[in-house]
Amino acid sequence: MSDVSADHVGTGAPRLPTENAPAIALAPVEPIATEGPQQTSGTFDHLIYVLKANPVTLFAFIMFGLLIVSAVFGPSLVPYDPLQTNAANALQPPSWAHWFGTDNVGRDVFSRVIVATRLDLSISVAAVALSFVVGSALGGIAGYWGGWIDSVLNRFLDTIMAFPLFVLAMGIVAALGNTIENIIYATAIINMPFYARLVRAEVNIRRDAGFARAAKLAGNSDLRVLAFHIFPNALPPMMVQVSLNLGWAILNAAGLSFIGLGVRPPTPEWGIMVAEGANFIVSGEWWLAVFPGLWLMIAVFTFNLLGDGLRDIVDPRKRT
Amino acid sequence: MLSKSPKLRAVLFRCAQSIPVVIGVVIISFLLTRALPGDPAVYFAGVAADEASIEQTRIEMGLDKPLVQQFFVYVGDLLRGDLGQSLSSGQAVATDLANRLPASLELTLTALILACAIAIPLGILAATRPGTWVDHLCRVVVTAGVSLPTFFTGILLIYIFYYLLGIAPSPLGRLDFIYLDPDHVTGFYLIDAALMGDWETWRGAAKQLMLPAITLALFTLAPIARMTRASMLTALSSDFIRTARAAGLSSRKVLYGYALRNALLPVVTTLGMVFSFALGANVLVEKVFAWPGIGSYAVEALVVSDYAAVQGFVLAMALLFVALNLVIDLLYAVIDPRIGFTAQ
Amino acid sequence: MLSVKDLAVSFQTRRGAVDAVRGVSFDVAKGEILGVVGESGSGKSVTSYALMRILDAGGTITAGDAVYSGIDLRRASERDMRDVRGREISMIFQNPRAALNPIRKVGQQIEDVLRHHATATRYDARAKAIAALEAVRINDAEARYDAYPFELSGGMCQRIVCAIALACDPRLLIADEPTTGLDITTQKAVMDLVRDLIRERNMSSILITHDLGLAAQYCDRMIVMKDGVIVEQGAPDAIFADPQHPYSRKLVDATPRIGESIRNLLPVEDRTEETQAVVSDEVLVDVRDLKKTYQGKSGLVHALKGVSFKVRKGESVGLVGESGCGKSTTSEILVRLMDATAGEIIFDGTDIAAVPARDFSRDPRRSDIQMVFQDATDSLNPRHTARQTIAEPLRRLGKVSRAKLAARIEELASLVGLPAALLDRFPHQLSGGQKARVGIARAIALEPKFLILDEPTAALDVSIQAVVLNLLVDLRAKLGMTYLFVSHDLYVVRLLCSHVIVMKDGEIVEQGPTEEVMTNPASDYTRNLLAAAPQPPARRLPAA
Repeated sequence: MSDVSADHVGTGAPRLPTENAPAIALAPVEPIATEGPQQTSGTFDHLIYVLKANPVTLFAFIMFGLLIVSAVFGPSLVPYDPLQTNAANALQPPSWAHWFGTDNVGRDVFSRVIVATRLDLSISVAAVALSFVVGSALGGIAGYWGGWIDSVLNRFLDTIMAFPLFVLAMGIVAALGNTIENIIYATAIINMPFYARLVRAEVNIRRDAGFARAAKLAGNSDLRVLAFHIFPNALPPMMVQVSLNLGWAILNAAGLSFIGLGVRPPTPEWGIMVAEGANFIVSGEWWLAVFPGLWLMIAVFTFNLLGDGLRDIVDPRKRT
Repeated sequence: MLSKSPKLRAVLFRCAQSIPVVIGVVIISFLLTRALPGDPAVYFAGVAADEASIEQTRIEMGLDKPLVQQFFVYVGDLLRGDLGQSLSSGQAVATDLANRLPASLELTLTALILACAIAIPLGILAATRPGTWVDHLCRVVVTAGVSLPTFFTGILLIYIFYYLLGIAPSPLGRLDFIYLDPDHVTGFYLIDAALMGDWETWRGAAKQLMLPAITLALFTLAPIARMTRASMLTALSSDFIRTARAAGLSSRKVLYGYALRNALLPVVTTLGMVFSFALGANVLVEKVFAWPGIGSYAVEALVVSDYAAVQGFVLAMALLFVALNLVIDLLYAVIDPRIGFTAQ
Repeated sequence: MLSVKDLAVSFQTRRGAVDAVRGVSFDVAKGEILGVVGESGSGKSVTSYALMRILDAGGTITAGDAVYSGIDLRRASERDMRDVRGREISMIFQNPRAALNPIRKVGQQIEDVLRHHATATRYDARAKAIAALEAVRINDAEARYDAYPFELSGGMCQRIVCAIALACDPRLLIADEPTTGLDITTQKAVMDLVRDLIRERNMSSILITHDLGLAAQYCDRMIVMKDGVIVEQGAPDAIFADPQHPYSRKLVDATPRIGESIRNLLPVEDRTEETQAVVSDEVLVDVRDLKKTYQGKSGLVHALKGVSFKVRKGESVGLVGESGCGKSTTSEILVRLMDATAGEIIFDGTDIAAVPARDFSRDPRRSDIQMVFQDATDSLNPRHTARQTIAEPLRRLGKVSRAKLAARIEELASLVGLPAALLDRFPHQLSGGQKARVGIARAIALEPKFLILDEPTAALDVSIQAVVLNLLVDLRAKLGMTYLFVSHDLYVVRLLCSHVIVMKDGEIVEQGPTEEVMTNPASDYTRNLLAAAPQPPARRLPAA
């Protein structure tokens, strides 16, 4: 994202003139080095600027780091074995020994919540990566060449989008079989149209842009123009979409396991833990459902904030 | 003469556009039911089936015939409204779904109305006062709203309003057992009770509806508020707003007569996506609140591997959603004069 | 009537306050048309928005006074301002189509204004709106009342905007670049209409424009602005005859005029001797009966209906026409980015139209035909530095060794007058003129035989246009290239091209030596084009 500092110039309300109309060009004598907008000091400084101006994004970056740490090192960090039952110690409210209390068979909720991070993040990252690759390829081709490929792709995407997406994921997992891989495929399939549409639109508006045509004049084949000139310019908005999608994919996977698809007990997973804990909420044992739910929410919230923050970095004018 | 009108042509074209989508939906549902790994007959006969009943299912469903022929049989069944038999209820899936659909629709529509009623004013306020506390509140609500897992919000609300405060009824269905179901007219309890003039039952139904509707509304609120704010900001910075201001129109007229009417167009388009989210989240909310709609029906069917019921549900939801999208687009065509003139 | 004194406007941005207007004073007398001229960023539009108090968010008047017939425009309440806007002072804008509410009937938009200012009631609003439409000479106003903006042409939309602005009989009309983006013949129609209406109603007006010629033709008095201050004011003839301030002198010089050479566009001290390009009799490009047809929404569109012309080696040929005439289609086909439906392009003896555009990137003749694009910003990859942009054709087609690449890029940069220090900047860090230079350097990197220039200066300010045009002339002489210069402006084409082709509706209406076409046009269309372009008044005798 080398051009993310694009907003340094031209967002201030009036554009001040920058060209001192140098003398005859063939005599390169004029001191133009000072002409033109100030040299911006690059992406990194801009990042610092955005983070400083927006502590919420900074917070999101920190949370993101914590999530990664729990995903990578979680199992070796937690105080208890997430699968170890202990009937004598069941349904204990939060205490110093058990920060998030214990569940109905005496497992430590905190350990389970932290260990679950890896599984939940893996599912969403795998699903989003899959839909990113497939969606980008399809969308890029359709957006660049248009014509019948575009029509076919559009009809196909329309058909996928014609299903309420969570319902389609339910149907796919029910049909393909109740496994984690199928959760990933189902989540990837329902996310794919978003990438395909986004790339298609981004490619389409740049297809006839001057720089794409100029690249052709420089001897690039269509495929090279698409891959090396147009697609990299579509990446910043894609990164925003990826971040927002990661959160959505986690929600989706957790939702599926909440209704009993995919991950099975006793594997620690946020959705299942909420589902199991739900039975105890009406009798007041809130910690079983609330802590995993809270963690799930924090993870999704982090990705959404990150997405918004990236949007700010990519283009501050598009903040919505 | 009428067919010469570009608008009517666009409307007809839009209706015609749903045909390939419906065909695609039917093909995908067929593939989901037939192109399964393993033997579909085993799958449809259910977990408790023996050799003989599996064989019987195979012949009943025509699974011994070629795939293309099976597809036409499938389509033929669909045209007769036959979605197969539910193993758990023993009834036709189509009947079950029809019985339970009003409960789901009542919940979804109430939630959407609630969401629009909050989200649109919030989005407008945020857009007209960028950088103020309303704007920040909007941003927080929007981000938190999409981050909340509906099933978790539901459980949290139950804990607070039912267990702690005791002001909500127990989260078990549409109506407490002390009330009688209102006579079936529309299937919407609120409307049916009102038609009977039975306000006691109406209040009871409304109380039951409150928490699940709020849960669902919190989730759908976010995209609507976000879109309203964004499109309102776009509209307010357009050239035609400057023209209107330069002509001395009052800020009320500029805001509501000019900016809002333009801003609502993209919001209406977003409603399609919002419906998709709402219908999906509906499944989870129904499970949490034991709401007797088609979502909890599908979840129950999943648990007992009653696949005919699940696939029937998926197809029914898709067709419902196609119809809703068509309605939204036609609504759009009515309010946007440009439809039918600009390039597709 | 209007008196502005020491007006200052500043914008709050995240890099601190920016002073867009810094102490501007002027008066507008009753019945006077005042022109405000300046290049982009001079603060001319901001001044007018400040008078109407419709500045964008973050903009405030920081000092000075503006008094309109006794009303203090800076301090009046918002309620009072609403009565002033539209009723006393109104505005018309650039880009008329966007200036109208897209989903409201134009007649209703006029009614809104009439009703708001209580000059019409529910019962007579429609009649009055139609009368307002008739006042701006719209035929069949009754039917136009029910039209939506997207159903109308750009010129028609501008008339509607005028109708809205004039509906309540304001005394002062501010026109902000009212014809930018419109074709030259439409520009003339709209400007004549505006002037006639102002004179008929004995109104005053402020015309804001970047076009000195336009201002000179329609204004009684002119203000030249630069960087938020007024550098000169006076009668147009006087300013043109003897500009006092160096900046206005530069602007006056840079405005193309009949009978002046291209070097005269530059400030006196920069005028060097022009090297004459060598034109041979050999034909480099021979276009034969080029046709382009494609499927549009309502049937077949004939974008080119058989276009034939020849370009000789070393020559510079102009291709002129208004939007939609087929000049862009022709240049796209010639540069092999688009396939023709029929016809031949004999380039250096072989038919290049025979090679599909898709495969031409691998054709050996690819490096011989290059193009400079219309919008420099759009034509540079935002993620590539100037160096990468110039290197691209060299890497792909140039067969330049890696070691020599850097030297060649710097050589090209100096050839187009781009300081080497700027080579590592991204497009957004460069000014408009610098971006144009990068685009030109890329196009000439392979020393093409044939260079197509697609309105290369259309997006540039006039003083930069002057520099870029001179650069192009010099490069042609130096590198022996052949040009096809595509433009909408005959007066610019005249400066560069010895031969000109005028197109309309996909056909060539006239071609011949430029001087002959311009002094004695054979077709009515060319005559209209020439008459429509504003003619700046004569200037003082060359000092040199």
